[in-house]
Amino acid sequence: METFWFCVIALLWLGYLFLEGFDFGVGMLLPVLGRDETERRVLINTIGPVWDGNEVWLLVAGGATFAAFPGWYASLFSSAYLPLVLFLLALIGRGVAFEYRGKVDSARWRRVWDAVIFVGSWVATLGVGLVLTANVFGLPLDANGDRVGSPFAAVTLESLLGALAIAGYALVHGAVFLSLKTEGEVRERARAVALRIAPFALLPLVVLLLLVQLRFGTVWTYAAAIGVALAAFGALARLALRREGQAFALMGVAVACAVVALFGALYPNVLPSTLDPAYSLTVENAASSPYTLTVMTWVAAFGTPAVLVYQGWTYWVFRKRIGTRHIPQVHVPQ
Amino acid sequence: MAVDVLDLARWQFGITTVYHFLMVPLTIGLSLLVAGMQTAWVRTGDRKYYAMTKFWGKLLLINFAMGVVTGIVQEFQFGMTWSAYSRFVGDVFGAPLAMEGLVAFFVESTFLGLWIFGWDRLPKKVHLACAWAFSTATMASAYFILAANSWMQHPVGVELVDGRPRLTSIWAVLGNNTVLAAFPHTIFGAFAVAGAFLVGIAAWHLWKRSDDGPVWRSSVKLGTWVGVVAFTGLLISGDFQGKLMFEQQPMKMAAAEALCHTEEPAAFSVFAVGDVSRPDCESVKSITVPALLSFLAHNDFSSQVKGIQDLVPEYQAKYGTNYPVDERLGELSGKPIDYVPLLPVTYWGFRLMIGFGAIAAGVGLLVLWLIRGGRVPTGRWFRLLALGSIATPFLGNSFGWVFTEMGRQPFVVVPNPTGVDGVWMFTARAVSNSTPGEVLTSLIALTLVYGVLACVEVFLVRRYVRGGVAGVLPDHNKTERKDDDVLSFAY
Ligand code: HDD
Ligand code: HEM
Ligand code: HEM
Repeated sequence: METFWFCVIALLWLGYLFLEGFDFGVGMLLPVLGRDETERRVLINTIGPVWDGNEVWLLVAGGATFAAFPGWYASLFSSAYLPLVLFLLALIGRGVAFEYRGKVDSARWRRVWDAVIFVGSWVATLGVGLVLTANVFGLPLDANGDRVGSPFAAVTLESLLGALAIAGYALVHGAVFLSLKTEGEVRERARAVALRIAPFALLPLVVLLLLVQLRFGTVWTYAAAIGVALAAFGALARLALRREGQAFALMGVAVACAVVALFGALYPNVLPSTLDPAYSLTVENAASSPYTLTVMTWVAAFGTPAVLVYQGWTYWVFRKRIGTRHIPQVHVPQ
Repeated sequence: MAVDVLDLARWQFGITTVYHFLMVPLTIGLSLLVAGMQTAWVRTGDRKYYAMTKFWGKLLLINFAMGVVTGIVQEFQFGMTWSAYSRFVGDVFGAPLAMEGLVAFFVESTFLGLWIFGWDRLPKKVHLACAWAFSTATMASAYFILAANSWMQHPVGVELVDGRPRLTSIWAVLGNNTVLAAFPHTIFGAFAVAGAFLVGIAAWHLWKRSDDGPVWRSSVKLGTWVGVVAFTGLLISGDFQGKLMFEQQPMKMAAAEALCHTEEPAAFSVFAVGDVSRPDCESVKSITVPALLSFLAHNDFSSQVKGIQDLVPEYQAKYGTNYPVDERLGELSGKPIDYVPLLPVTYWGFRLMIGFGAIAAGVGLLVLWLIRGGRVPTGRWFRLLALGSIATPFLGNSFGWVFTEMGRQPFVVVPNPTGVDGVWMFTARAVSNSTPGEVLTSLIALTLVYGVLACVEVFLVRRYVRGGVAGVLPDHNKTERKDDDVLSFAY
């Protein structure tokens, strides 16, 4: 049961990284791919109806961690305090920026919010990568699960590498997504950018997985690491042939393999202590009672399929590619 | 140094929660009203209802964005600043929070996206269903979070294992009588906010003689009736809550009245002159209604209500006189426990909650009477009255929460008098083992960002309010063009 919930949480992270990964990527690429106002609106509108739903994957990952592994939730969030504050500020900025940038017709107003989207997307993505990697490599926890040492204990070489790895992934993923969802010049540009930056942008992820493999490796994390490389390579090959849908799906396979590798390396710990393995939080000692887990299993068994169905339906409703010709005139009160 | 962290963490939680709860009631109340307006439009085809849906819907969206981003902070804060609390209650408390995400937030965010971008794209009825799905989900989210909060006020459905509460019945937690009372109270509070919002803004447009008179007239009417019904609901549900509270948290209710000595029958204090926190009580002059408090507490005009000075020894006997000696408690380690909440806050918080709510409902009725039969007052006072009254139910809600949360001090999980022994926690024990610097940094950063965002939101709301109906409807020539390819609404 505990292991099952460990897998559920890994799955929620996967959903989060896959879905919000591309909307982070779109934000990170906003000034690069959007040369003028109309093009930038095209970019933002590709994620308009869905970004908030994507973000809820994170909230549910957090909530599920709280419910299933309170010790994990408490120790991770209090130990990585400052990086999380920065991450939250970035999410706040991004969230209101999407909603507010089109609400006043002034170039200066939009410039400000574009900057917030750009910076917020970068900071949030780096933050997710940093915290997730710090979690895999462990934090200096004492017997009580409290952090010993500086507020910056979560910032290590490995976690910085992890930050770059996730940011690089989101960048490529976002570009592939845009080449799938737009048309005309923007689509061509997104495709070209994806192909051009991929070798550099995906490098940190590959290095990170090698490092994880060396440190914690088992046979199947090994397989997962190879899977990432193959899927990413396949994605770019399909993209080069203009099979954007397949490329996007393969990017999903890549991140799935990455999540398997990272969480596989973690198991059976949920949050290792770098001070003493005896202090590590494990699926056993951090879990809630069997009754609570049973309750949560029922909720998840009914809730998750429903979520997948109606979120899938949203993507279906808004499946059309968007181009500059679709963007209406601005109409706001003067 | 734990005390510093404690104070900072309390300020941070208080500021961020009350701020979140400025957006929350407006979203809850307005989303249901907008869904109702849209239903009226779909059924009658009347352009007036279309205009109302668009106008109030736009304000709802501006507000919703802020509700979302401030809510995310809340979700993380339990782990970040209250990690000892999270560890202690996780087995029970995490479940409703996770359910809120899985059952409510997913629906909320997905269907709102569909609603914003789905005008023209979706069949009319399906689009309308999205509005209803969204507004129902806001209520569901309120229920789950209130269930979590009510469990802190009145822990049920648990046993004590290894010094920690362990969930034995999720139904007991979700059916806690505290949440059954708090939910209607909070929802009516939300409608009080939405009602006053409609009345204030629409009355201002009437006063300005804006176009679309019928839109504003209908909005005033709707807002007033919603506000009056909400206030009546608040009275009834509040009375119900009060009775529960006298059983479950006698100290909180004694503090709400600043009632020093046990009285039989007890009088309800309407207004006090002097410092209610003085221990001798005699120095405080208070205007009272005889026997009313007895009635509020027990439905019986002659019953006994316990006062603070008689409750303190009871609490001391049950939960100890001193904090344990523990370096993590910092300055509080080994010190006597103060079981009396901050009396000026609880006493005045309770009165301001009720008072501001009453003002809102009263102003609504007054405005409705002033505009009877097509009249509209021309004086500047009318504008002030209309716009000023918008703030009152917001204040009522904030004071309600401040009273509820400060009134349970020094506990973060209040002991249930008829519950399992040992399931309670002092706030001082709940806080994370962070450095003061960390919490201070986040407190300053969040407060600054929230301050800036408040300015932006007020600026935008004012702009869209001024723009009226014309500001939110598509240009006329464009509505003629039925082009399937153009996005109906784009960022
Ligand atoms: C009585 C209702 C109520 C109360 C007491 C709270 N909230 Fe809230 N919350 C809502 C009612 C609500 C809502 C109506 O559902 C919101 C407000 C605006 C919105 O967008 O949804 C929301 C949004 C919202 C979101 C963003 C959801 C999204 O992305 O769509 C989160 C994560 C939280 N809340 C979490 C919390 C936490 C952890 C609270 C406790 C301290 C809390 N809320 C108090
Ligand atoms: C499940 C939900 C909630 C939990 C777990 C919770 C928990 C807490 C905690 C741990 C504190 C700090 C301790 C304290 O100082 O009292 C606090 C304070 C406070 N909370 Fe809540 N709370 C919840 C919901 C709310 C809501 C929804 C509001 C209203 C908007 C609210 C209003 C406040 C206020 C005003 C304070 C400051 C009081 C103070 O500093 O003493 N709380 N709450
Ligand atoms: C005569 C009228 C009212 C009575 C008797 C009353 C009673 C109460 C009581 C006893 C509580 C404390 C519950 C607790 O500690 O858990 C409470 C909380 C609260 N009140 Fe009221 N109230 C009244 C009017 C209002 C009005 C007009 C508003 C808002 C406009 C309001 C908003 C709130 C809120 C937001 C809370 C905190 C949430 C909760 O615990 O439900 N109340 N009220």
